[in-house]
Amino acid sequence: MTTVEYNAETTSALLYLDGISVSFDGFRALNELSFVIEPGEMRAIIGPNGAGKTTMMDVITGKTRPDTGDVFFEQGKYDLSTLDETEIATLGIGRKFQKPTVFEMHTVEDNLQLALKNDRSVKATLFWQSSAEQEARIDEVLETVRLKALRNRIAGSLSHGQKQWLEIAMLLAQDPKLLLVDEPVAGMTDVETMQTAELLREINRTKTVVVVEHDMAFVRELGVKVTCLHEGSVLAEGSIDQVSTNDRVVEVYLGR
Amino acid sequence: MKSHPLIRMLDRGSTLFLVLLAAFAIAIPVLNLMVPAGSALHVSTYLVALLGKYVCYGLLALSIDLIWGYVGILSLGHGAFFALGGYAMGMYLMRQIGSRGVYANPILPDFMVFLNWKELPFFWYGFNHFAYAALMILLVPGLLAFVFGWFAFRSRVTGVYLSIITQAMTYALLLGFFRNNFGFGGNNGLTDFKDILGFNVQAETTRNALLVISCLALGVCFLICRAIVTSKFGKVLVAIRDAEARTRFMGYRVESYKLFVFTVSACMAGVAGALYVPQVGIINPSEFAPGNSIEAVIWVAVGGRGTLIGAVLGAFVVNYTKTFFTTGLLAPYWLFVLGGLFIGTTLFLPRGIVGTWAHWRAGVKEKSEAARSAAAEDGMLPTAGSPSTQPSAAE
Repeated sequence: MTTVEYNAETTSALLYLDGISVSFDGFRALNELSFVIEPGEMRAIIGPNGAGKTTMMDVITGKTRPDTGDVFFEQGKYDLSTLDETEIATLGIGRKFQKPTVFEMHTVEDNLQLALKNDRSVKATLFWQSSAEQEARIDEVLETVRLKALRNRIAGSLSHGQKQWLEIAMLLAQDPKLLLVDEPVAGMTDVETMQTAELLREINRTKTVVVVEHDMAFVRELGVKVTCLHEGSVLAEGSIDQVSTNDRVVEVYLGR
Repeated sequence: MKSHPLIRMLDRGSTLFLVLLAAFAIAIPVLNLMVPAGSALHVSTYLVALLGKYVCYGLLALSIDLIWGYVGILSLGHGAFFALGGYAMGMYLMRQIGSRGVYANPILPDFMVFLNWKELPFFWYGFNHFAYAALMILLVPGLLAFVFGWFAFRSRVTGVYLSIITQAMTYALLLGFFRNNFGFGGNNGLTDFKDILGFNVQAETTRNALLVISCLALGVCFLICRAIVTSKFGKVLVAIRDAEARTRFMGYRVESYKLFVFTVSACMAGVAGALYVPQVGIINPSEFAPGNSIEAVIWVAVGGRGTLIGAVLGAFVVNYTKTFFTTGLLAPYWLFVLGGLFIGTTLFLPRGIVGTWAHWRAGVKEKSEAARSAAAEDGMLPTAGSPSTQPSAAE
């Protein structure tokens, strides 16, 4: 892991992106993207399809390497562009995918067991034994996402909304410093959407959260600072009211 | 979940399997050695050797199931590890022949004398000691699997591409071992064995002992597999099989997990091959043939992948069918039967024999349990009543 030089610009930011560009076969998915996330912040990221939201997540979590630009984590301590997915996850960045991906063949409990912050080496898992402390931690997480009654259910048999929550629970069990949540309310009913907003606000009390979302009602419900992406760079930043009345944003979202 | 690992390992199915295996390992030698030849219960020595061979196939199937059923690595070249274990044993058996060979050379095996070689190649050194050969039986397949897996898994080769390169690996070895100058007897392979650890390989008692040892090896490897798949490690394996990227983003080093289990599996296949060779009396390059590896995969598919017991059962069922169809009038049709079996299993029994049974049992159990807990669960969540029928709208 690389420790970069202490940089004045990055002193306080938990996540620092500067001038990130990524191209796929000539298509510029990210174009000089820059923004910072402060510790303890919750940020909503919106943008039309193809704005580069998922690519941005991929860059942060190490799935895609940026062509140019800097990605630093934790006050500029770690250069994420030099680390792979596993190392980045170990640093404390948890990611929830757009499509809910839980381990369908495992029970809810096992899903969390696997997610719990523990030694992830081959040797450790081979000789691993559950402890009361771990069980308590699972209880606690299940309580947070309101899935306690489903502890022994096979994850594959959960409803779409429940899977989304289970995945958020798995993120919590990992105990990351930063949660990246990709479209958490896609396919959810209105009631579920509001419950999810509440859940994320609760999580934000102790963790930094970045939410990528399409659903404007949900973003409004979150009531946090919004960054609007367009064609791979930041178009507007501010409160939801500021952003949604911005002429450029209206143009991009509604077409000219 | 809070139960002792040993209890988790030995669930009802596994205990039943081990009991049956032990009964088999006792009954066959008793029926062969103690029951007089005229009796209806007598098991012929031919059958003992045949069943011993099936047990080795069962072990090979088990090793394939460990990686295919639990991590989703479809190796179409596992026969290579089996054959390498077999060759290591064959080399030991060749050195045991000593001066009893046709050319009566105390050091050089017959084929080397025939090729006019003056001295033993360095890689044959040490194979006159059984302990060294036994080590090589584990080490050679294990090392090959480690090196192969290290490159393949680090480069994230998965799915059908991995299957193709495993196939290429075994084919390359096939071509290599066919060559005389490779030093393993060319296309004739190694044969004409005399004795193993001082016992005549052809003797009735030796054949029975080999069957019992094969059963023992199968039992031990089965327990190792159970220990692996019931541990948290095993849960990570299934997680990798079902959602590899998710597992990676969770901080697990997927390639290390795959590499470990692939190497363990190759060692087991090597042991199976080593036990197979003295029972059939020959090892030649045809064991590397890609078709053999594919056939072994079919055993697992028929028995039920991801069940371990199913793999062994599948090996027995398919090989018994093979023996039945390749002897006598039906011989020309065996390949059609094999193909039909594979297509039939895929279409009508995708879980395999044991998998279908387990699924049916789980269904019955769930129904009775669901009826009991339905009242408790209802109303806990707004969505609890409308499960999974909701379309996944994310994409």
